[in-house]
Amino acid sequence: MEHYISLITKAVFVENILLAYFLGMCSFLAISKKVDTSIGLGFAVIFVLTITAPANWAIHHYFLQKGALAWAGFPDVDLSFLNFIVFIAVIAAMVQLVEMILDKFSPTLYHNLGIFLPLIAVNCSILGGSLFLVERDYTFLESTVFGFGSGIGWFLAIASMASIRYRLRYSNVPAKLRGLGITMLLTGLLSMAFMAFSGIDL
Amino acid sequence: MLNKKSKAALTDPLMNNNPITLQVLGICSALAVTVKMDTAVVMTLAVIAVMSVSNTVIALLRNLIPSKVRIIVQLAVIASLVILTDQVLKAFMYDISKQLSVFVGLIITNCIVMGRAEAFAMQNGPWRSFLDGFGNALGYGMILIAVAFFRELLGSGTLFGFQMIPDALYAAGYENMGIMVLSPGAFIILGLIVWVQRIAANIEED
Repeated sequence: MEHYISLITKAVFVENILLAYFLGMCSFLAISKKVDTSIGLGFAVIFVLTITAPANWAIHHYFLQKGALAWAGFPDVDLSFLNFIVFIAVIAAMVQLVEMILDKFSPTLYHNLGIFLPLIAVNCSILGGSLFLVERDYTFLESTVFGFGSGIGWFLAIASMASIRYRLRYSNVPAKLRGLGITMLLTGLLSMAFMAFSGIDL
Repeated sequence: MLNKKSKAALTDPLMNNNPITLQVLGICSALAVTVKMDTAVVMTLAVIAVMSVSNTVIALLRNLIPSKVRIIVQLAVIASLVILTDQVLKAFMYDISKQLSVFVGLIITNCIVMGRAEAFAMQNGPWRSFLDGFGNALGYGMILIAVAFFRELLGSGTLFGFQMIPDALYAAGYENMGIMVLSPGAFIILGLIVWVQRIAANIEED
């Protein structure tokens, strides 16, 4: 249990997927202009990451890894070079599936997340999460926890940035620094603040 | 060989319509590889290879792709090219490929590759699409290398691994800036580059 708590703190704070690994920057920069849309997108990312991480783990582990096809009688086959294309297909399919399920069972949530779900298919943090769990050799449970933690971390980063940018409207930023420039500088400061968590090991 | 329009496709993205600083695309994986010059250069080459070929291929296929499934076709083309690049890097530059870790794979979801395929290659011929892909990748790489230059010089005092700051300076009390090696350094340097670049190109965002 402790191991998983430590993994989740690490994914949320110390190795925040956005602030330490720069993943998901595009949507972060584009969406963080508004607080409520940021929160909607944040929840969608948590949701999709928690589902795709274990799904991709299973596919990598039972089909693509070296020797994974031993159960089908091909012990020497190594399909791991197909990781990228299979992962992106799984992510796209999952996003589509989640959209359909939500539409059927929870129309309110679907309505709230609606426009953001398709956007998530090309969010680097989702594919990045899947690639990290392969690189770091996580187990099934670890990948689920890692996916969930990364999602929370991303949510936290975009929600705080949206709030900061909201307050920023009242300040006098140099004309040429407005928009992308000041957002990058602020992200730098935010990332510095998150670095204060490094060294925490539960 | 290059008429005015082709030339614009090639040179526009370098300055006036730079993919990172002005189109705000493809920042995702860009920053993580900028701690050192050599990873940034290799990443730039990988992006140039993927983008110029993917733009050409998609331009060649543009009349055959049904518009309803165009996104998935584009993704398939890009993903195959990225796999190819990754395998080449693993075969010939194993050390650097290890350092780049997952970020080569992340070229697939790099918005700039898809963005140019969708916005340019779907409407233009193969030659101009090639130039557009090459130009955009170059504009992207320029920023990448600029960020890496400052991060390596200020953070480690080296460039391409060679020491640049003279020992005398260290003896006089100069120290490397640790923050540059860490992620906040990348954000801050990029923020400043964007600022300088927008002053130079005279562009304002509201």
